Amino acid sequence: MKRRDFMQLAGMSAGAMMLPFSSFANEVDVAHLLNPLLDVAQKKQLADVALNTAKSLGATYTDVRIGRYLNQFVITREKKVQGVQNTESFGAGIRVIVNGTWGFAASNNVTADGIKKTTERAVAIAKANSKFQKEPVKLAPTPSYGEVSWKTPIVKNGFEVPIKDKVDLLLNANAKALEKGASFVNSRMFLVNEQKYFASSEGSYIDQDVHRTWPGFTVSMIDRASGSFKNRDAFSSPVGMGYEYLDGKAEDKVAGPGGITLYNKSYDIVEDATFAAEQAKQMIAAKSVEPGKYDLVLEPSHMWLTIHESVGHPTELDRVLGYEANFAGTSFLTLDKWQTKKFNFGSDKVNFVADKTQVGSLGAVGYDDEGVKCKSWDLIKNGVLVNYQAIRDQAAIIGEKESHGCCYSQSWSDVQFQRMANVSLQPGKERLTPEQMISGIDKGIYIVKDGSFSIDQQRYNFQFGGVLFFEIKGGKIVGMLKDVAYQANSQEFWNSCVQVCDERDYRLNGAFNDGKGQPSQSNAVSHGSATARFNGVNVINTARTI
Amino acid sequence: MAILSKEDAKKILEKVISFSKADGIEANLNGNDGGNIRYARNSVSTSGEDSNVSLGVQSYYGKKSGAATINEFDDASLEKVVRRAEELARLAPENPEFQEPLGPQTYGAEPKTFIESTAKITPDYRAQAAADSINPASAKDITAAGYLEDSRGFNSMMNSKGLFAYNKSTSVDFTVTMRSSDGTGSGWVARNFNDVSKLNTGEASKIAIDKALQSRNAKAIEPGKYTVILEPNAASDLISLMLNMNARQADEGRSFLSKKGGGTKLGEKIVDERVTIYTDPWNEEVPTANWTGGGLARKKMDLIKDGVVSNLIYDRYWASQKNVEATPFPGNRIMLGGNASIEDMIKDTKKGVLVTRFWYIRAVDPQTLLYTGLTRDSTFYIENGKIKHPIKNFRFNESPIIMLNNLETLGKPMRVASGGGPGGGGASLIPAMKIRDFTFSSLSDAV
Repeated sequence: MKRRDFMQLAGMSAGAMMLPFSSFANEVDVAHLLNPLLDVAQKKQLADVALNTAKSLGATYTDVRIGRYLNQFVITREKKVQGVQNTESFGAGIRVIVNGTWGFAASNNVTADGIKKTTERAVAIAKANSKFQKEPVKLAPTPSYGEVSWKTPIVKNGFEVPIKDKVDLLLNANAKALEKGASFVNSRMFLVNEQKYFASSEGSYIDQDVHRTWPGFTVSMIDRASGSFKNRDAFSSPVGMGYEYLDGKAEDKVAGPGGITLYNKSYDIVEDATFAAEQAKQMIAAKSVEPGKYDLVLEPSHMWLTIHESVGHPTELDRVLGYEANFAGTSFLTLDKWQTKKFNFGSDKVNFVADKTQVGSLGAVGYDDEGVKCKSWDLIKNGVLVNYQAIRDQAAIIGEKESHGCCYSQSWSDVQFQRMANVSLQPGKERLTPEQMISGIDKGIYIVKDGSFSIDQQRYNFQFGGVLFFEIKGGKIVGMLKDVAYQANSQEFWNSCVQVCDERDYRLNGAFNDGKGQPSQSNAVSHGSATARFNGVNVINTARTI
Repeated sequence: MAILSKEDAKKILEKVISFSKADGIEANLNGNDGGNIRYARNSVSTSGEDSNVSLGVQSYYGKKSGAATINEFDDASLEKVVRRAEELARLAPENPEFQEPLGPQTYGAEPKTFIESTAKITPDYRAQAAADSINPASAKDITAAGYLEDSRGFNSMMNSKGLFAYNKSTSVDFTVTMRSSDGTGSGWVARNFNDVSKLNTGEASKIAIDKALQSRNAKAIEPGKYTVILEPNAASDLISLMLNMNARQADEGRSFLSKKGGGTKLGEKIVDERVTIYTDPWNEEVPTANWTGGGLARKKMDLIKDGVVSNLIYDRYWASQKNVEATPFPGNRIMLGGNASIEDMIKDTKKGVLVTRFWYIRAVDPQTLLYTGLTRDSTFYIENGKIKHPIKNFRFNESPIIMLNNLETLGKPMRVASGGGPGGGGASLIPAMKIRDFTFSSLSDAV
């Protein structure tokens, strides 16, 4: 799905709703989604057309991605089903290197003739641009894997679950929220299946079947007398799982501080909707925060976004090198800092690992979109910057012998480039629960779930909000706060990290819509952490009168 | 194939409608050819083209509707897509908010949205446009990173109630960021046109190069409330945030346009009386299609007149509930300006900040329309009518409503891309403006 279409979908939580149509996505019925279009042998035959055509036209490297991207959306509000939509986008994207220059073209004409013409266009574009090429492309080597396949280890394929079951589940969640006094509730289910076939002139033929699931809702509470309103978003996360994520198993429910319920590897949407309505009322009545310095206790469903913005993005090598300078920006983690081998990114409690293999995560695949086998690697070790996230045409710049395997394209129609792996804060080594952490804090705020977020183009200065804010006084939670946002500098913030709870508290959260590139593309990525404590962070009050 | 003429589109759509056996049908036939080139580190990085035509059909029985899409146009395929939409409609849950298609509309003259020269852009043109931007940068030891995206396309629709609408358009969007070799200076420029003959990437790039050089070694000044002069792109970034004037959200009490005690702020003054913002599909600088989703005719319409909310956007369902006319969603926004140049505004400022653009703007509180974000790519301190020196970037926390109540001066409107850049959809005419008491809440080291 294109990022701008996704943004339309994301916007529906405010009440207005537009169904997202990718410019290349066709609307289809469910049965069609479950039928394979081409078998592996047919895909290989078509891929070979591209590889042979490009070679004959002078390409020194070629890859072809034949992709079928399936989406399903079920959208409801209160007692109404507002939309059910199945979309399919099918086509081929071909990337070549000619005269040391990339060229890319894509078409939804997936026939031998269509592939041949698309390849010719890609070569023509590479040749036109090679006139102005100053840095010839050099690819880090990757093994040829022959014919291989990979599939997300799902238990239940969400596309096989009847629409009626999904509609009933969402309407049931809506009903519970309304029973508890919610003014409005919008809910949705979003399923993704990427069926991707990759082939390269280096001899890999890779067939992958990738699944993602994202249920959620927004409960709105309106206080007409005061003219104020609050939204409480679902405590679900988008996941790299099948429909089993909706099982809401008892062992996956986590009793959190402040009497809240959090969710781990499966999610109970009906129960959460009930809690949401109750909490939304409390959010309106909460005390407005006194600005100042607080010790922050950040819960994983909040923490992931702070990690994403202040650690995930600045460690992307293409940003460091300037390839994103005109849009997403560059990075404060410049090569000279990394070269010292002692750049103090955070405290010694801070360890970040990049991982494209973690089960249940959004970023997990067997091979990336340029045929590199996926793996995990250290980014920050004991607070020190030790590595970046790099793909084949940039790995050599940091002395890596191979790509990290984090190249991705949102569809067959977009060119692949470096995208964020799952970047996660490793749990603390000593046994520590969130309650024990809070008991040691005199003046603090416990923040749950991501809210407002903004960070500068080099990832120094950030500001984050949240959904639930609990005031901590004398080691105890004493009530709910509102109008809270915290501001910090990334390096100072991670150096103020004094405690991370142990692995029992580790949970994954993430997003479908990490945006980067021109034209902008979405990437799905997860970030794991346990609850963590940051001392003396600047908190502002965001209340205004208009 | 990607750009069908009005007559060819009509022929296909008539055939589609003739296959319908449902209570009613609406068909949309759209096509687009797009191309782009991206460069960084003074060299082309990626470049590509895409092309697509597709037909979307929505059939309905009562309040049950189904949609299907196809990109093949022989008779058998057209009939197949209609049958599939009908099949899906029969199986669909009833949507109480479903609205039957509109009858024929009066659209007025065709806006000049399609320019032949833009439709003829080639890969060689794009490569040259990038070179024209990179070469002057290299000559001054500046590093260029830029992006040019062009598109040509058409939209058409027909329904079983006799409505037919057609529009074709072109656009080109160019942005470039120029960074000094020591990494302490950065400049940016953006250009957006229907007509590529108005674009000169070399000339535009020189503005960004000059800014990169002038913004080197910025000094930190204390955050706080400052008089700001916002260039049109910076002003547009904030003003566009208040123009999604959705009536339903306002009525439901979950909008900055909801009133304490119930009701909406329609007819109330919310900003300075010099603020007038309207939409007009036939404006020569920012022409846009004269119809919108479902075929609803667009018209010249005030959004804010003399500081007063003059229209909210009612979709057809909500309009039917409230017994009012549905409001077509604006395709452009035009804000009236004044005659002051940015230089005039600087001369007239004792102490202030000149902002080139904003970055990473996100909602903090939808109730007050409070947003946060940062300045980026050249921010300058003004003292006693002159630019004194470049300053480090600021984070702001501000509401466009508060900002437009603190209006000092309006400059000349300029065409800017709506929605923050290429692909954002449509264009606006927004003036530079001088604002007092703009809230900067912290400093950023980012360049």
